[in-house]
Amino acid sequence: MDYTLLFVQVLNGLQLGLLLFLVASGLTLVFGILDFVNLAHGSIYMIGAFICASLTFVLGNFLWAVLVALPLTGLVGYAVELLVARRLYDKDHLDHVLGTFGLLLVLDTLAHMIWGPAGITVPLPAWLDGQIELFEGANIPVFRLLIIGTGLAVAAGLFWLVNYTRLGMLIRAGASNRTMVSALGIDIQTLFALVFALGAMLAGLAGMLISPITGATIGMGGQIIITAFVVIIIGGIGSMKGAFIAAVLIGLIDTLGRSFLDSLFELVMSENAAETAAPAVSAMMIYILMAIILAVKPQGLFPPKVR
Amino acid sequence: MKKLLGAALAATMLTSLAQAAEVKIGFVTTLTTGAAVIGKDQEKAVNLAIEHMGGKMGDLDINLIFADDGFKPETGKQVTDKLVKQDNVDIVAGYIWSHVLLASRKSVLDAGKFLITANAGPGPVAGKLCHENFFSSSWQNDETPMAMGEVLNQKGVKSIYIIAPNYAAGKGMVAGVKRTFKGEIMGTDMTTWPTQLDFSAELAKAKASGAEGLFVFYPGKAGGAFMKQYQQAGLKDSLPLYTTFTVDALSLPKFQAADFTDVLGSQFTQQWDPTIDNAQNKRFVADFRAKHGSYPSFYAAQAYDSIFLIKSAVEAVGGDLTNMDGMRAAMKSASYPSVRGEYTYGNNHMPIQAYYLREVVKDSDGNWTTKIVQTVYDAHQDIYAKDCALK
Amino acid sequence: MKNMTKTSWATLICMVVLAVFPPYFLLHGQAFYMDLATRLVILGIAAVSLNLILGYGGMVSFGHAAFIGLGAYAVGIPSHHATWGGFDLIASYNGLFQLALAIVIAAVFALITGAISLRTKGVYFIMITMAFSQMAFFLFQSLDVYNGDDGLTIDVRSEFPFINLDSPMQLYGLSYGSLVAAMLLVKTIVNSRFGMVLQGAKDNNERMVTLGYNTYFYRLTAYVISGTMCGYAGFLLGNFTTFISPDMMHWTRSGELMFMVILGGASTALGPILGSSVFILMEEILSSFTIFWHLPFGLMLIGLVLFVRGGLMGLLKGKGK
Repeated sequence: MDYTLLFVQVLNGLQLGLLLFLVASGLTLVFGILDFVNLAHGSIYMIGAFICASLTFVLGNFLWAVLVALPLTGLVGYAVELLVARRLYDKDHLDHVLGTFGLLLVLDTLAHMIWGPAGITVPLPAWLDGQIELFEGANIPVFRLLIIGTGLAVAAGLFWLVNYTRLGMLIRAGASNRTMVSALGIDIQTLFALVFALGAMLAGLAGMLISPITGATIGMGGQIIITAFVVIIIGGIGSMKGAFIAAVLIGLIDTLGRSFLDSLFELVMSENAAETAAPAVSAMMIYILMAIILAVKPQGLFPPKVR
Repeated sequence: MKKLLGAALAATMLTSLAQAAEVKIGFVTTLTTGAAVIGKDQEKAVNLAIEHMGGKMGDLDINLIFADDGFKPETGKQVTDKLVKQDNVDIVAGYIWSHVLLASRKSVLDAGKFLITANAGPGPVAGKLCHENFFSSSWQNDETPMAMGEVLNQKGVKSIYIIAPNYAAGKGMVAGVKRTFKGEIMGTDMTTWPTQLDFSAELAKAKASGAEGLFVFYPGKAGGAFMKQYQQAGLKDSLPLYTTFTVDALSLPKFQAADFTDVLGSQFTQQWDPTIDNAQNKRFVADFRAKHGSYPSFYAAQAYDSIFLIKSAVEAVGGDLTNMDGMRAAMKSASYPSVRGEYTYGNNHMPIQAYYLREVVKDSDGNWTTKIVQTVYDAHQDIYAKDCALK
Repeated sequence: MKNMTKTSWATLICMVVLAVFPPYFLLHGQAFYMDLATRLVILGIAAVSLNLILGYGGMVSFGHAAFIGLGAYAVGIPSHHATWGGFDLIASYNGLFQLALAIVIAAVFALITGAISLRTKGVYFIMITMAFSQMAFFLFQSLDVYNGDDGLTIDVRSEFPFINLDSPMQLYGLSYGSLVAAMLLVKTIVNSRFGMVLQGAKDNNERMVTLGYNTYFYRLTAYVISGTMCGYAGFLLGNFTTFISPDMMHWTRSGELMFMVILGGASTALGPILGSSVFILMEEILSSFTIFWHLPFGLMLIGLVLFVRGGLMGLLKGKGK
């Protein structure tokens, strides 16, 4: 066993997991509190990436671009809430799915029309573009460490927000009982809009953080949204803790699967067979994980108390 | 439904009116999704070709219909069916993606029409599925990486690690480089296509494998993502990169805008380059740049060639499109002016042509482009030709 | 005929249009519209099958495309081996054999995945069915013998004693007849005691359990019936397109099926047909105008959800608000 490689892959998995958490946290907030299935959440992730990418060229620096793009993405989220989502809350999940799928098509096409099909390659400042040698042989790109740091910081911030603030109290209450929150005399509409915009900013942040790695591209939202749903389902809808654990779990499983499954398979089959089987099985793994967890715990790892 | 019926009747009448005065060509490419950037480049090249022909092939007007495959084999087949059955085109060309071509070829060939691929070249269509009405203006998938394998041998690279997407062309590329590369393969990773754009795990494995070189194939946007991550991982000195179809004229302007200087000097193999010295290529590259402000990609070059190949066939039979034998013979002779220079066709109607090693450089105006470093093969034929029953 | 409702009239008109126009187009040299109608009718069968569990049973399956794929591969794989050799046990062009294979495989897959999935409810059910279909998707993607991601071309269609599927007219006739049969079957099931229990469990599961019904068993049976019907649709689709790829099983395809049902109006007899017709025709018409056709299409979906209750059937019944 190559422990250096294992260490590097665990870090890679953690980074992927935290990125997933950023997307999933917004999704689970909106789902948990608003009981709203939002397929268009991934489009906000994409829009965040594109806004940030454009701003990087205008402002000349990626970090400034992120700071400006964050509130802008929040505004996009707010607009989406105001124009579409708000009108869908009192309908059933099927209508949510159909409506937000329409929204997804609209937002993706608008992005295609505005930014073109080519996508944007996002430059990083030199100090973020290099690597750090953590120990002999373990070179990690600085930017990936930044993603890990940001992800952990946001997770901590959300943990504080949900557990120790009044807003968090409302969010927790809302996740288990919506009528109770409105009975408390809270302006539920504002709370909802706030939560929606917060979710959009979190997804947008994830998009911004991935864009220097993969570029901002059309269709990037549709790819992450299903994985994000898998995360919140495994974690239990509305549970921030569950989303965090599930996201890191999936990040690690996906990365470690891609890294070591072929060598594992080579123990029992030919090299050629292993090379073909490994990518398929590693792509399947998160779904197998979800099916097993749901078969055992039909409401995910941390089910909401009242539903 | 009534409107549809009306439209259908109108369409029938229009076709019967316009018949014989034009040659109708369907061009299937990708105009939506992120891969549309390739389709757009082909579209520009095809339109430029028509412009250069003055809108005519012989006495016939050119009626060109673009169709979007949506980057999916099933959609590709559907639009191909529509071109064949509804638009009643004479010739279908295009096809960027191997799996789209494999799904669509039967619709065209069963209808007794010509099929010209302007990019995709999976093994089967060159071998056991070859067809007398099928021609390529590009290459067979395995050839370009085979040329890269030769380059690796010449450079004395002892071992490589391979990363490629898990679909038809990806497998062809891997098979190609393995066929000619004489050193050791330290490992092969096939990634989920086209969704996976983060290659951190694969790059870490490649680095840990101790290979002397890294071979990859990532067309389109995945190529940009890969190059960026390769640079961020800081592998340039310890694990030199050898690519096919990963860096192209579509990604270079983006890299230049992001000031991603690591890409300068990177090398890859190809059958064409904007600097190839012939009248047709000079005109193509100059006019393309004048019109669109960027260098054409190899996708564009092949699309441009495909239209000229068709023109040579139409003119050889004096515009009599029913004379398919005549058209076939004309195409088989490859006597049109190709931007890549002269080449010939094998028994399977795949080009037997030269392959070059290209390098990314700055041109005299500071734009990032490529030049030819050396000729790898003078006239290379794909290995599937022997499986093809055609003579 | 006087006491026919607006809906029954719409159903009748719709079925007559589907019976008359496509053959008319074909006879007048417009083969493409026949193709369009065949695709529409076959996907209509799949949508009808999904409606049985989604609409009447309240089980929102987000993995129905897997059954289509399985049904299609049940044609493709035997045909592939009959053409290129290998796997003699199943190598065959025999349509009856392929059909039986499609049905058995779809039923077994439905039984296994349904037994596990039905332990969950609501959104969890949506996601677990999606997970199973994604597993099937990646499984076929990895099968190099059947060209993985690149898909399988069917060179010879299923051979039946009296029907020639190479004839577009006969293939359409079979598909259309199957659609009518599927609609009648669902109607019979829904109006039977079985169907009553199924719908009762959708509205109030506890009550049905208290009444002594094993609702899990009823649901599972409905799920298996639905999956098998959908597998049959896949069998037809494979014969129609003569090209099969794992892409047929991708979650986006399951999503499209779901949209067809919801768009048309869930738990109505005609809804799925209307939904699949509008979906496919809009796709065809809009995409011929602009490559940005997803924009008006998406706006239409949003508008429909915002302003109409119960999909297109809701519009028909005048339930707009």
